Amino acid sequence: MSVTLPQIIFIIVAIGTLFTGTMVVVARNLVHAALWLILSFFGVAVVFAILEAGFIAVVQVTLYIGAIAILIIFAMMLTRKVMNDTEPQTNSQWVISLVVAAAAFIGLAGLLNVAVWPALQTVSLEGSVAQLGRALVEPNQYVLPFEVASVLLIVALIGAVAIASEKTS
Amino acid sequence: MIPLTWYLTLAAALFCIGLYGVLARRNAVAILMGVELMMNAVIINLVAFWRYNQPTVIGGQVFAIIVFAVAAAEAAVGLALIISIYRRRRSVIAEDMNLMKW
Repeated sequence: MSVTLPQIIFIIVAIGTLFTGTMVVVARNLVHAALWLILSFFGVAVVFAILEAGFIAVVQVTLYIGAIAILIIFAMMLTRKVMNDTEPQTNSQWVISLVVAAAAFIGLAGLLNVAVWPALQTVSLEGSVAQLGRALVEPNQYVLPFEVASVLLIVALIGAVAIASEKTS
Repeated sequence: MIPLTWYLTLAAALFCIGLYGVLARRNAVAILMGVELMMNAVIINLVAFWRYNQPTVIGGQVFAIIVFAVAAAEAAVGLALIISIYRRRRSVIAEDMNLMKW
């Protein structure tokens, strides 16, 4: 079986994503963990690009790296003094956690390899971003889920401000 | 051409790494980072299934974008809760948050 160029690119990106993801959960310094998390998000964005979902790759960069990662770094800076790097970063159940995570992966990988999956269809996805934009505001397509998602976001953000704000009383 | 199994295996591995982070980390912010990794793995699955099953139907991408919005809401509320707990108890270590434990 010969390995084609897209496969080589995918393997490199996948190894990079998994390595940076592993560094997120094992890094002792939390700021370093957050920076590894940003790299991992970039790897996932490249995977979306390989899947020809360009808009989702851009959303991944702007939303995950531009918003969520920055939010995590800010939360870390606000709560920084409580934990230094010398005390243990994992709880007493980390061995069990490792076994559970490994067992979950082995189970999932075994299931994936016995199932039959569809092959890649070579279709032209030109104009799919415009199609996506229209689908999100078309009344007989997805305008309702779109509006519900925006209401959910505004409720969550107002709730976050209300929870995190300092009580003056 | 890349088989769909590769994407699903990558997503499963990323999910399990995040799962380990959620289960084993002591710092609440680090737990939230694990949750974000798991959420990313789920979105990889959604986009891969869209591309391999019905690439001409745009609903798969719409689904992924709605999940993005939910992930953003989850991160905002989670971090707000951590900051609120830090204000009251001066701690972000998950073991110290035992007010509702019995």
